[in-house]
Amino acid sequence: MKLVMAVIKPFKLDEVRDALTSIGVDGLTATEVKGYGRQKGHTEIYRGAEYAISFLPKIKIEVAVKEDLAERVVEAIAGAAKTGQIGDGKIFVFDLMNVVRIRTGETDADAL
Amino acid sequence: MRNLTYIKTAAASAAAFALIGAAPAFAAVDSETAYVLNTFSFLVNGALVMWMAAGFAMLESGLVRSKNTATICLKNIALYSIAGLTFYLIGYNLMYMDVSGYIGSFSPFWGPDDAEALAGTFSDGGYSASSDWFFQMVFVATAASIVSGALAERIKLWPFLLFVVLLTAIIYPIQGSWVWGGGWLSEMGFSDYAGSTLVHSVGGWAALTGAIVLGARKGKYTSDGRVNPIPGANLPLATLGTFVLWLGWFGFNGGSVLALGSAASAIEMANVFANTNMAAAGGVLAAMIVTQIMYKKVDLTLALNGAIGGLVSITAEPADPTIGMSILIGALGGVIVVFAVPLLDKLKIDDVVGAIPAHLFCGIWGTIAVAISDPEVTFVAQLTGIIAIGAFVIVLSTIFWLILKFTIGIRASEEDELEGLDKAELGLEAYPEFGQGSQSF
Repeated sequence: MKLVMAVIKPFKLDEVRDALTSIGVDGLTATEVKGYGRQKGHTEIYRGAEYAISFLPKIKIEVAVKEDLAERVVEAIAGAAKTGQIGDGKIFVFDLMNVVRIRTGETDADAL
Repeated sequence: MRNLTYIKTAAASAAAFALIGAAPAFAAVDSETAYVLNTFSFLVNGALVMWMAAGFAMLESGLVRSKNTATICLKNIALYSIAGLTFYLIGYNLMYMDVSGYIGSFSPFWGPDDAEALAGTFSDGGYSASSDWFFQMVFVATAASIVSGALAERIKLWPFLLFVVLLTAIIYPIQGSWVWGGGWLSEMGFSDYAGSTLVHSVGGWAALTGAIVLGARKGKYTSDGRVNPIPGANLPLATLGTFVLWLGWFGFNGGSVLALGSAASAIEMANVFANTNMAAAGGVLAAMIVTQIMYKKVDLTLALNGAIGGLVSITAEPADPTIGMSILIGALGGVIVVFAVPLLDKLKIDDVVGAIPAHLFCGIWGTIAVAISDPEVTFVAQLTGIIAIGAFVIVLSTIFWLILKFTIGIRASEEDELEGLDKAELGLEAYPEFGQGSQSF
C-alpha cells in the first residue's frame, strides 16, 4: 500500500478530486496548509510600501491506495493540478504499513 | 466673497430668463419663507455632516487591525458626543459671541434665542438659532474625527478623549473665531468657505503633533529604516466609510452656503454639490493613475484617501470654480496624498489612515487654491491664515499632548498594543467568532 501526499494550488482541488474519482479512488483527506518553496513566498504592496508574504496558502491532500494504483494516482494528480506556472506544488509517495477501518475493524487492503 | 457670487450668478440667470422672455428673474419669497428654508438647509445639511462621523468610524475601522476595531468604533462615537457637549458648554460662544478679533466670549452654556422670529420679525437671511448651532457643532466633531484615525492602534482611550475635550472646547473655537466669527483673519480677507483650513487642517495639525509625541506603532518601522506595512483588516468597510464621508460632504460644503431662501442661494448650493462631487472624483482618478505608474499596481486605500484629499481640497472654495477647475483642484489633492503618505513614512511619522496627508496637506493646498480660482482673494491673506492657524494649533496641541504624556500618559503599554486595545481597554473582541483571523501566521 502507498500513501500519496500532494501539496497543490487551492483552486485545483476540485479538478484533482474529479481526476482521482475517475480512476477509482474512494476517499481523500484535504488540509489547508501554508508554505513556501524556491520562490520564498511573494511580495504585496500596501499604501506604497512592499511587504513579504513568506507563507503562501496551499492545499495538502492525502490518498491511501493499493500498490498497483499508486502510479496512476500520481499521474492523475500531476495532470489535474498542473498549470505550468510557478507554485503548482509537489507530490510525495510513502510506503504505508497498516490501515484499520475503525467502524468494522477491517485491516490493510480491505480497509482502503 | 459669497455675496459677490450671488450677484454674478443672479445676473447670469436673469439674462437667461430674459432671453426666453419669462417673468422677472427672482420674485423673492417673503422673509418668513426664506427663514424656514434657511433653517431647513442648516438642519438637513447638518444631519448629513453628522453622518460623516459614521464615515470616519467605518474608514478607520477598515484600516486598523481587527484587534483594535472595537476601540476605534468607541473612540469615534465618544468624540462625536464630546464635541457636542463642549460646543454647548463653551465652544459656540467662544467662536461666535462678541468676537473681539482674536476670541469670542467665555460665557458658558449656549442656549437659543429666537424671540425676534417668534414675534414675527425676520431679518434678511435669518434662520433659527438652534439650526445654526447644530450645523456648527457637527463641524467641530469632524475636526476631532481626523485625530482619532491618525493615532489609532496605540493611544490610550481616556487620554485621547481628554485631548478631544481640549481640541473642541479651546483650540477649534478660538481659531474659528478669527475667520467665521468675524475676527482678524476675516477682516484681512482670508477666505475659507467650508473649512479646508479651519476644520481639516486644524484636525490635521493636531493629528500631526499627536503622532510625533505618541510615536509609531510597534513594528511599523524597522531599525534599519525600512517600512513594515500593517495592512488594515477590512477594505470593504474602509470603502463604505469613504463613500459615507463623500455623501456627508455635500452637507459640509453645500450647507456652508448658509442660506436657501432665494433662487440665487439654491443655485449656489447646487453648484457646490456638483463641484464637491467632481473634486472627489478627480482625487480618486489621480490617485489611481499615480499609484499605477509608481507601484505598477493600483492602491485601493490610496484611492480612498484620494477621494478625501479631493474633497478637502475643494472645501475652501466649492462655489466659484467651474466644474473643470474643481476636477483639477481635487486631482492635485489626490496626487498630494499619494506622495505625502510615503513621505511621512520616511520621517517615521505613523499615520494609520492617511489623515495627515488628506486633511492637513490637502487642506493647505485647497486654501491656497482659493487665490487661484477667486481673483478677489490674495495669496498673502491665504498664506497668513494657513500659517497663523497652523502655528496656533501646533503650539497649543503640542503643549496639550506633552502635558497628557507626562501626567497620565498617552501610550498604551507594549503588551496591550501587542494584544490589541480591544482586549486591553474594552475587554472584548470585535469579531469574537473569528478569533485571531488574519493575524494567526
